[in-house]
Amino acid sequence: MIESSATQPWLSLMTFAPLIGAIFIVISRMMAKKNDDGIIEGPELEQTDRNARIIALIFTSGAFLISLGVFVLYDASLADFQLVEEVEWLGGGISYKMGVDGISILFVLLTTFIMPICILASWDSIKSRVGDYMIAFLVLETLMIGVFCALDLFLFYIFFEGSLIPMFLIIGVWGSKGVKEFAGITMPSRVYAALKFFLYTLIGSLLLLVAMAWMYSKAGTTDIVALQQFDFPAGAQKWLWLAFFASFAVKMPMWPVHTWLPDAHVQAPTAGSVVLAAILLKMGGYGFLRFSLPMFPIASIDFAPLIYALSIIAIIYTSLVALAQEDMKKLIAYSSVAHMGFVTMGIFTITKQGIEGGLFQMLSHGFISGALFLCVGVVYDRMHTREIAAYGGLVHRMPLYAFLFLFFTLGNVGLPGTSGFVGEILAMVGAFQVNSWIAFFAAFGVILSAAYALRLFRQVMYGDLTKEALMAIPDVNTRELVMLGALMAFALYLGFNPGPALNVFSPSVDLLLENFNASLAAGGVQ
Amino acid sequence: MGIFETLFHALPELVLVIGAMALLITGVFAGDKYFREISYASVTLLSVAAALAIFGPAPPTESIFDGAFRIDAFSTFCKVIIYISAALAILMSERFLADEKVGRFEYPVLIVLAVFGMSLMVSATDLISLYMGVETQSLALYILAAFNRDSNRSTEAGLKYFVLGALSSCLLLYGASLIYGFSGSTSFEEIARVASEAESNTGLIIGLVFLISGLAFKVSAAPFHMWTPDVYEGAPTPVTAFFAAAPKLAGMALFARTLVSSFPSVLEDWQPVIALIAVASMAVGAFSAIAQTNIKRLMAYSSIGHMGYALMGLAAGTAQGISSVLIYMAIYVAMTIGAFACILMMRRRGGMTENIADLSGLTKTNMPLAIIFTILLFSLAGVPPMAGFFGKWFVFFAAVDADLVWLAIAGVLASAVSAFYYLRIVWFMWFDEAAEAFERDSGPVLRFAAWGAALLMFPLLTVFIGPLAQVARRAAAALF
Repeated sequence: MIESSATQPWLSLMTFAPLIGAIFIVISRMMAKKNDDGIIEGPELEQTDRNARIIALIFTSGAFLISLGVFVLYDASLADFQLVEEVEWLGGGISYKMGVDGISILFVLLTTFIMPICILASWDSIKSRVGDYMIAFLVLETLMIGVFCALDLFLFYIFFEGSLIPMFLIIGVWGSKGVKEFAGITMPSRVYAALKFFLYTLIGSLLLLVAMAWMYSKAGTTDIVALQQFDFPAGAQKWLWLAFFASFAVKMPMWPVHTWLPDAHVQAPTAGSVVLAAILLKMGGYGFLRFSLPMFPIASIDFAPLIYALSIIAIIYTSLVALAQEDMKKLIAYSSVAHMGFVTMGIFTITKQGIEGGLFQMLSHGFISGALFLCVGVVYDRMHTREIAAYGGLVHRMPLYAFLFLFFTLGNVGLPGTSGFVGEILAMVGAFQVNSWIAFFAAFGVILSAAYALRLFRQVMYGDLTKEALMAIPDVNTRELVMLGALMAFALYLGFNPGPALNVFSPSVDLLLENFNASLAAGGVQ
Repeated sequence: MGIFETLFHALPELVLVIGAMALLITGVFAGDKYFREISYASVTLLSVAAALAIFGPAPPTESIFDGAFRIDAFSTFCKVIIYISAALAILMSERFLADEKVGRFEYPVLIVLAVFGMSLMVSATDLISLYMGVETQSLALYILAAFNRDSNRSTEAGLKYFVLGALSSCLLLYGASLIYGFSGSTSFEEIARVASEAESNTGLIIGLVFLISGLAFKVSAAPFHMWTPDVYEGAPTPVTAFFAAAPKLAGMALFARTLVSSFPSVLEDWQPVIALIAVASMAVGAFSAIAQTNIKRLMAYSSIGHMGYALMGLAAGTAQGISSVLIYMAIYVAMTIGAFACILMMRRRGGMTENIADLSGLTKTNMPLAIIFTILLFSLAGVPPMAGFFGKWFVFFAAVDADLVWLAIAGVLASAVSAFYYLRIVWFMWFDEAAEAFERDSGPVLRFAAWGAALLMFPLLTVFIGPLAQVARRAAAALF
């Protein structure tokens, strides 16, 4: 049933290219001269740091080029998995199997596109332990691409869970300063954020592990295609769905398990926040579409109201919370939670528009929120504070920056013409087909998002430039302009011309819905 | 089967026991200055025994020594790992013992004798050979715990271990005698036959519970774990490394063989007992380790927890379950040896440090060691893609497959809690300010053991977990 258009392991090459880059950095460090204590110092250190940056940029760009090649090989008119590779691994139905379809291919491209930008964003702002930092990012990229390419649930789990390790280190080592008191222990707040991030996600995913064991014991395989066709009994579907939900809801994150996200975002270095917002959060939505809907259709119908409720709460409540934030990154983090509410709402309307809207919203959020975190990074690098009150009147000194920031702010609000609009409107159209009240409440979120986003923009950009420290602040440099410009181009292009992306989604979403309705009919539910 | 043919099949054990005696005699005449040579000779003995176990005569179809001793794929699997880990433990101790000035020739010989006991344990198919194996092993281990006889802590550890160990041996023996009384035989095969034919097995099960208690003590499973932290902390570090690895595997193998081959018909009676012990061990391992500041104590609680996971596979009672126990224990032994190699490298200005806080900022002072330790810790925590995760996957799957979903859920919750204390060490190493650096000259053996274990955990076993699972499945099939 699988029509693979190539037997070459393009996907594996793309997935592991960044890892090879990490190995090169290790080698370059091993070859560097060390002092008696085995530590690299002085000009030698500068040299290895420079090498690490360049190697990381080369390999992330290389992975991006390979992913473009994959996209060329990919036939968007087919719904099935393509470029499939399969190698025996654990035996007994668990294998190393990779492949992409319309749902995953664009997330792969998003990942490979965002990563070089992250490396560029860290070019000057990361000064300590540059080699380690680049290695962590390269390893993280391998794991993230793997998540979207894995066609075996077990393999998916390895990538999904493995991505915790590099992110844990990125937040903990390169996170910002500050101290936090927790349970009687005083610890740096970046450590608190890193631990919270790790443990929250771990607990969620461990339940998925048990569910996976149960599914494997019944179906005898963890092949995703086979599991999607396997009819799990309706009673069991409920529990399995909840276990998967635990994992993806934390990752998404959905209210009320979203509290790790603001902490992680605030503490993470700029590029860490970008990866977190642009890619890691998408794994949750991707998981719902790849596993929850096709494998547990009956439970998905049953639990859809729960998802609607949580999504609406996320949209309205976290938007209100965002209104009250003093910290720019925290504000954007809460707005991410609200936007992910649209995604979950759209997906669980189980209509073509809703699902495509959810997918599109994830894609667009990847560009826009990633760009917003980069924008915060731009001023943070200059002023070393993220407090909204510390800024004001920046438009006088940084007109170009103000323009870019305004564009992404409006994209975040969902202004027509930006990609943010397309996702939201599709998700709402989907919601209207199910229940107009849901769409009604979700629309409030759009209004609130305008309120908090424009408030942020006004306080940071407008007003008189009174703060002494801001007098000499320079505008965006070429490197920053390239990064933000690239993201802006995509957000604009997808906003005016969403067709190409929707056409890629469409066949796979159609197939998903077709199978979904077929297995519902087979299960006697209508 | 003639006596020579029988002995021929027990060649690895014979090599060990005769070799150990010969080394003991040599040592008495040669004295402690030949400590090194005797160590190397012991390692050679263990290597020869491992080679014989793998490449030696094909296993007999029947148990030898009148049905008391069975050689099959299961025993071979365990023996090879025990021999290798014991050999590594001897090599890893050399430097430590020389520095502490306790390099006496009995040390390697005692390890070989303990290993001989473990060989008996993994092959025992009779209550008498079971008890003999356990005691041979334990007696050697008691002395090893107290090996640094001038240190209060070490002698205290030895004494504690001895007193509690003797108590557990009593339980074991009492259980064995009850079982003998009710079944009329000491042979596993015969007990299994009687148990499956009898209408009521109450007496037998009371005996079995005693037996399980005794064995749970040997593998330090809760609620019989109290000795573990004190003994681990008090015993010389290389001895702890040895304690944490090989004897655990031997005990677990004995546990598995006893339950599966002599009590298959009363599975529903012992399954809840093992499941409860598993849950208790996981909980103790997860919660008690959080507050530890001494890394050896932390490893003690961690190993209690790990025994809980392994017992989860045993509780399943299926071939799947036993193979998962074997995979888990093989990975556990490798992780533990590696972790203790790292702990043995925590040395500054001639003295060992055991505080977790001493690892602060290790990434800034000694990156290679930090990387190794980080890989091992994530593996111990069971985070993919490290091998420790695969071990957990197999036992969770075995439990779920045997309809023990609640046990698997308890297991994942415990492993989420235990992730915290492993992460705490990672946090010290990566996020904190640098403490004083450790000595860099740690000797080739420790470095080899640590690197080897770390590379096994990632990426070697990640890629080649399939073959290991295959071998373990074949080994487990020998019990059914």
